[in-house]
Amino acid sequence: MSTQTSPAPAPVTERPGPVQSHRRLPRFAATGLYLAGLVLGALLSALTGFNLALTVVYGAVLGTLAVWLTSRAVEGRRKGTDRLVTCIVTTAFVIAMVPLASLVYTVLDNGLRRFDAAFFNSSMLGVVGEGGGAYHAIFGTLIITLLTTVISVPIGLLAAIYLVEYGTGRLKRAITFLVDVMTGIPSIVAGLFAFALFALFFGPGVRLGVMGAIALSVLMIPVIVRSSEEVLKLVPNELREASYALGVPKWRTIVKVVIPTAIAGLGTGVTLAVARVIGETAPLLVTVGIINGTNLNPFEGRMATLPVFAFYQLTQPGYPPELAIERAWTAALVLIMLVMALNVVARLISRFFAPKTGR
Amino acid sequence: MTLTSAPPTPPRPKRRVGDRIFAGSASGSGILILLVLAGVAIFLIGEAWPAITAAAADLPGGQTLTAYIGPLVFGTLIAAVIALLVATPLAVAIALYITYYAPRRLATAMGYVIDLLAAIPSVVYGFWGIAALAPALVPLYGWLAENLGFIPLFAGPASATGRTMLTIGLVLAVMILPIISAISREVFSQAPALHREAALALGATRWEMIRMAVLPYGKSGVIGGAMLGLGRALGETMAVAIVLSGSGGITFNLISSSNPSTIAANIALQFPESTGLAVNTLIASGLALFAITMAVNMLARWIVNRRADFSGAN
Amino acid sequence: MAKRIDVSDLDIYYGNFKAVEGVNISIEPRSITALIGPSGCGKSTFLRSLNRMHEVIPGARVEGKVVIDGQDLYSADIDPVDVRRQIGMVFQRPNPFPTMSIYDNVIAGVRLNSTRMKKSEMDDLVEKSLRGANLWTEVKDRLNRPGSGLSGGQQQRLCIARAIAVEPEVLLMDEPCSALDPISTLAIEDLMTELKDRFTIVIVTHNMQQAARVSESTGFFNLAGVGQPGRLVEFNPTEKIFSNPDEQATEDYITGRFG
Repeated sequence: MSTQTSPAPAPVTERPGPVQSHRRLPRFAATGLYLAGLVLGALLSALTGFNLALTVVYGAVLGTLAVWLTSRAVEGRRKGTDRLVTCIVTTAFVIAMVPLASLVYTVLDNGLRRFDAAFFNSSMLGVVGEGGGAYHAIFGTLIITLLTTVISVPIGLLAAIYLVEYGTGRLKRAITFLVDVMTGIPSIVAGLFAFALFALFFGPGVRLGVMGAIALSVLMIPVIVRSSEEVLKLVPNELREASYALGVPKWRTIVKVVIPTAIAGLGTGVTLAVARVIGETAPLLVTVGIINGTNLNPFEGRMATLPVFAFYQLTQPGYPPELAIERAWTAALVLIMLVMALNVVARLISRFFAPKTGR
Repeated sequence: MTLTSAPPTPPRPKRRVGDRIFAGSASGSGILILLVLAGVAIFLIGEAWPAITAAAADLPGGQTLTAYIGPLVFGTLIAAVIALLVATPLAVAIALYITYYAPRRLATAMGYVIDLLAAIPSVVYGFWGIAALAPALVPLYGWLAENLGFIPLFAGPASATGRTMLTIGLVLAVMILPIISAISREVFSQAPALHREAALALGATRWEMIRMAVLPYGKSGVIGGAMLGLGRALGETMAVAIVLSGSGGITFNLISSSNPSTIAANIALQFPESTGLAVNTLIASGLALFAITMAVNMLARWIVNRRADFSGAN
Repeated sequence: MAKRIDVSDLDIYYGNFKAVEGVNISIEPRSITALIGPSGCGKSTFLRSLNRMHEVIPGARVEGKVVIDGQDLYSADIDPVDVRRQIGMVFQRPNPFPTMSIYDNVIAGVRLNSTRMKKSEMDDLVEKSLRGANLWTEVKDRLNRPGSGLSGGQQQRLCIARAIAVEPEVLLMDEPCSALDPISTLAIEDLMTELKDRFTIVIVTHNMQQAARVSESTGFFNLAGVGQPGRLVEFNPTEKIFSNPDEQATEDYITGRFG
């Protein structure tokens, strides 16, 4: 650390230069100590019969202790605390990765067994035991999600435009606040709302695809409003002024200048909102129900959807249970793949459709 | 020249037809959102009303509505509180790691991976909870009942399936982790660079800088984020419905096989098979859930927004 | 094409705050009028009130009269959108539309108003406007490239081309050169001198040499005091302002004694 160039090796007690040098651990010492702790933890857990969870717990504790105590002894109390927190924070991050890894592994492990052609091109009509698939549920999910998007995007986008371009005063503040609050509506409550709405007109036994779409819209609209609002706010005011100064009316300015400038962000937001609702189960459980055959008409009777299909195959498997449970896992796998694909699409949209600004 | 004393308000500017239609539909959509929220409350009350006014003998189980909903509310709160207690410290640590510890290049990717946790459908969490997490926790529960059984929380006898209140609390913790950490990350990264650099210039270590400049600034953001996570945990349905083996009754024993169910899970499990007054009863419990989550969310938003007002960031 | 602007007793407000007070000015057609003065004295606010851009800001309003060839811009039956079609504006920072090509930027005013026009007419308009803005030779081979790929000075000339493509009668320029280097500034100044044969030009500038170089008349704005509204202190031919101003404050300002 010293900036001094004199060859004479000064004793440690003297200050060698303007920057006081402290004793420091070598560069990879901390990492090494931590790993040593992990190994020790593995040994300890091996003594009591090997267990992965215990290994991780022992290892993390021992590694952290090793780093902390060594650093405290060599580098002093403050630096020791700093290293301790670094260890804790890093460990926490790794711990959070464990469920994700475990979840992906479990779903792949169980889901790949029935990941075959029959799963994608047959329904459950007349299937007892072997075979069967989620053709009806996949299309049901796609239709209901599409309907939800068709309902939610115009309302959500227009409401965002209101908030950014037109809104003033108390109404704007009320809508902003309540949209935020609405993002926290439990999905099952949205389902009950759609049920109550339709039960009023069609009686309590009603189950329709469109009810599910309404329930999902209650969940999707606030998400779209929030993301669109953020993106529209990012459009520089100068562009609006440039357009007004050309004698363009406000609504044309919004449609032809503001929205095209923000289109990448809007697309990303909508895609992520679709990803959020496509896996919703609870609202569909109470509004759309489930059937074994294929019904592609959301205005007529029950429909099958992928998450509800997965839920019932797992919880009410019938006999023999393994076959239905395998179908359930494959449905879960397909669901995750749909969600991940939508997330990737969202990233691609924001990367490739962003306006090429020179600034 | 005679118009020097102009009226205090200018004449309303003439609006074009296109502008009027567009502005009208935009504000119409905004108002529609308010109506939907009001509609949710009104329709739920309407459908819950028969159950609220019915005699106890007519309700499922032959007990009063409060006796029916009470244990469910209790179960809902317990599960959500466990989730909150586990998830908040972890989420704060993760947010700190991503904002101030992770290598710059990896930080964005790490944030993205954590956000993926939020994207996974709740029914899949249920699958994972019952297939992977619950069995893995069974030995731990046995150990807890054996060694810490004197604490009422771990009184046992330990569940043999692992489908307990503590398990579902942990599943919910994983589910709300990304919500809390996303908001914490945002407020931590907004901590004024001036303060952070001032702390470092005084010779503070990284942790001292975080304690001096980042945590005080981000505190209310973290609280707000935790409240939002709480709201999500309270309303979570499918994971609970799949993982928890609920049998009613109020108990603080977190690791036994008899647990109170939660409102949302109870609705999901009972609704498809219910008719008549039972449906109204379930909707009444949904109304209670709606009221609880609204209250929590409003409080959360109020805390988060108050921070935004005073942060000086805008 | 060019028109005369008469402003009488104009007060401009932001909410309850009076930003500019009692402006009386008469701007000659086919000339360049420069507005100078210290920062925050209301020059830009006044300029924006001439084409009703001022009221885009919520709570902003105007009292008084702005008359262009006998027509009051602020009378109740006038649509601000029509006003802005007659009175174009160029802003401080070049702001081409990032989603549009150079070609589309030039005809943006026409296309955004969805006026029907044949392709050949549009081509002619683009060429004419870009030539008018002295940009044609530089960009004629890359009309379909994004406008934001140009240099700052070229972008600003593109914005001028965009403004003159809708064939306004008046061109307002709000510190058009303040974000540009000296060479680009010179190009814009030359352009203004050419454009004044066709348009009435009003320019706000912080650069007194620029006002002296290009304008026929100059108005000096100043604050009456801290927290007070800005006022038009003096309006005279540029030569007089810079050699023998009527007001002491003007002389102090242009000789650099304050501001």
